[in-house]
Formats: sequence, structure tokens, C-alpha cells
Amino acid sequence: MADKIVQPPLHTAPAVFTRALLDWLPWLEPLAEEGLTERQMAGLVDAVRAKSPYFRLLARDPDALRARTLTDKDIFYNPEAGLPRGERELAAAATSRFNGCIYCASVHARHSATYSKRADDVQRLLDEGVAADLGERWNAIIAACVALSATPIAFASEHVERLRRAGLDDLAIADVIHAAAFFNSANRLMLSLGEPALPAEA
Amino acid sequence: MSAALTDVIDALAGIRPGSALDAVRNRRPQAREQAEASFRALFEPESFAGVSAAERFAVAVFVTGLHGDAVSAAFYAERLGATEPSPGVPAAVDAAIAAASGQGPYGRYPVGLLSREDTPGPSYHVGPEARRILGARLAAAFDHAHLLVFHPRDAAPARLQALLDAGWSTTDIVTLSQIIAFLSFQIRVAAGLRILATA
Repeated sequence: MADKIVQPPLHTAPAVFTRALLDWLPWLEPLAEEGLTERQMAGLVDAVRAKSPYFRLLARDPDALRARTLTDKDIFYNPEAGLPRGERELAAAATSRFNGCIYCASVHARHSATYSKRADDVQRLLDEGVAADLGERWNAIIAACVALSATPIAFASEHVERLRRAGLDDLAIADVIHAAAFFNSANRLMLSLGEPALPAEA
Repeated sequence: MSAALTDVIDALAGIRPGSALDAVRNRRPQAREQAEASFRALFEPESFAGVSAAERFAVAVFVTGLHGDAVSAAFYAERLGATEPSPGVPAAVDAAIAAASGQGPYGRYPVGLLSREDTPGPSYHVGPEARRILGARLAAAFDHAHLLVFHPRDAAPARLQALLDAGWSTTDIVTLSQIIAFLSFQIRVAAGLRILATA
């Protein structure tokens, strides 16, 4: 086979969960930025994603990437009702913390801190893990994400009841389910196709 | 089964048109359509390219089986059967599920503060008997699927090298990874909505 593993350049791996900006270094060869076909560009959805080695690697299966990207955008960006954006991002960060994806956790902890304006609580999730006591509403969301992320799945009616008691309606609960489910997918791609790195200047 | 089936997640979660959860799903229409488009891109693609239908569905049966999700496992087992796999393959897949099942997530972190959270667990490799039936290529895919399902933070370049050595190209590995990742999503959406509908 001509295909080979890509040796990442010398770098420092993050050894803790962090809200810092991280790089991601692929272990397999992404497509070249120049020479992307129309279909591959359509897979990226946003032209700016052609800068990302992660998305240029996934663009090798452009139809799967496109559908996945559009799913992601609606789960997290659709502004209509349901769970507030900061808590959708909390679900993504909590799922990533539980599965152990330092890169995904960094991105979505930043987003959650920005949209919820609860940076200290988000940081405690990163530092202490999914058992951190962040108030009942966030605890209920995090517990639901953890139960849904376990394999086999441990999510059960008591998680739904706890979310309802915390004030979530069925659309908001469906948003928790989708955000956690989506990051079970994203974590597995980011963890297995490359690795995070501290930016060179850091 | 035919392509007439309108929405796989609805089928797996038991969501009927006009139900409360049908309405909830319609509030995120693009997520709903594109989850289905993801299924089609991975399991009913225009071209199967480097990864055959039988390989895709065999991996799906293995992954859904490892999740212990009987509804999803039955859905994909039926489709594996429709690909007319080599004799013994479905039974070998079932045997691999039984041998590989466990509880996740576990695995190791980079050495440092997080080491106290390291959780030990098995690294699975398809046994010689199943490997003889599945072939080296599909056996390597199962080894990788088990890693991603149960202990993805143990991933390393050597695990991708094992796939390359078994005949998976870089592009094939992207498709395989997307299949495993998508199933990790689809199984959880279906299971979550199933609970939500009854709670």
C-alpha cells in the first residue's frame, strides 16, 4: 500500500483539560488544500474549513462529511427554542470530558463559557470532571450526557425526569440527547485520526 | 427492506408520524434530514468505493451489538443478510460481539495530572477462528471498532497502521471511522428518544 501514517511534527501534547486554543495534528494524510474538487468543497460546507487538516482529512468521504456537518450545525446553532446554546455546548463539553477528548472539550468548553457566561463553572467541569457540583440544572444535564455516553447506554427515565424537574421541556431534552450523541461521534473521530497539540508559541 | 423506509432513527426509536416526538424532531428539521443523509452516505452511497456493502453492514452489526442495542443490532443484521455475505460471516460476527462486549469508556490519558483518571480495560483482537471466517481486513476493522466504541482515548498511530497493513487505504479508514462514529451517534439518538417518549 502506498498510504502511510503521517508523523506529527515535534510538539507538546496537552496533559490536562483546558479552554486554551489547541492545534490538532492528523495521523493520516489530509487532502491537499489546492485541488479540492467541487464535491469535496461541498463536503466541507464552509469554504474556510479547507484550512483545517481535520476537515480536509474527512473530505476524503465528502458526502458523509457534508451530512455530518449539516447535522452538527442544526443541533448546535438552530436558535429556535429548546436548550440555550450555552447548555448545548455544555453537553458537548461534558460528553468530551467523560470520553476523554481533550481537543473537543477545549473547543466546546470555550463556547459554553462564552454563551453561558459561567466560565468558572465550565472550568470546574474540566478540572474536576463530570462529578463537579455545578448546580442542579447543570448537574442534571451533565448526568444525562454521561449516562447516554456510557457503553452500553445507561440513559433511563430517571434522567428524563430529573431534566424535567430542572425545567427542561421535551425539545430541550431532545437537544441534550442530540448534543451528547453528536459528540460521541465527534470525540471518536478526533481521538482516533490525530492528536491535540499546544500551539507552538504557548 | 427497501428504501421506502422513510427515516431510520424514527424506525429505531419507534417514532410515529403525528406523535409528540415527531413534532419535537421537526423543530430541528435539518438535523433530522441530515442524520438520514448520513445514513445514506455511509450505507447506501452512490458508490461503495473502497469499502463494500458487506463490510459496512458487518461493522454496523458489530458496533450495535457492542452497544447491546437489540433494536439497532437487528436493523443492521437484516441488512447484512441482504448483502449475501460469505457463509458463516453472520455467526462469526455474533461470536465476535459475545467475545468483545464490555463497558466503556475506559483508557489512558497523557502522563501527568490526568493519570489518576486512567481506567484499565481490555484491548480486543478478533480471535483466530472468527478471523479465519471474516478475513484479515474485516477482522482489523473489528479490532479498530472495539477501540473506538469502548476506549477511544487509547487510539494511537499504530492502530491506524494495523488497518493500513490489513489493506485499508487512508480514504477507506476515513469511511470506516465515519461509520463507527455515526453509529455512536445514531444509536444514542434512537435510545435517548425512545426513553424520552415513554418517560
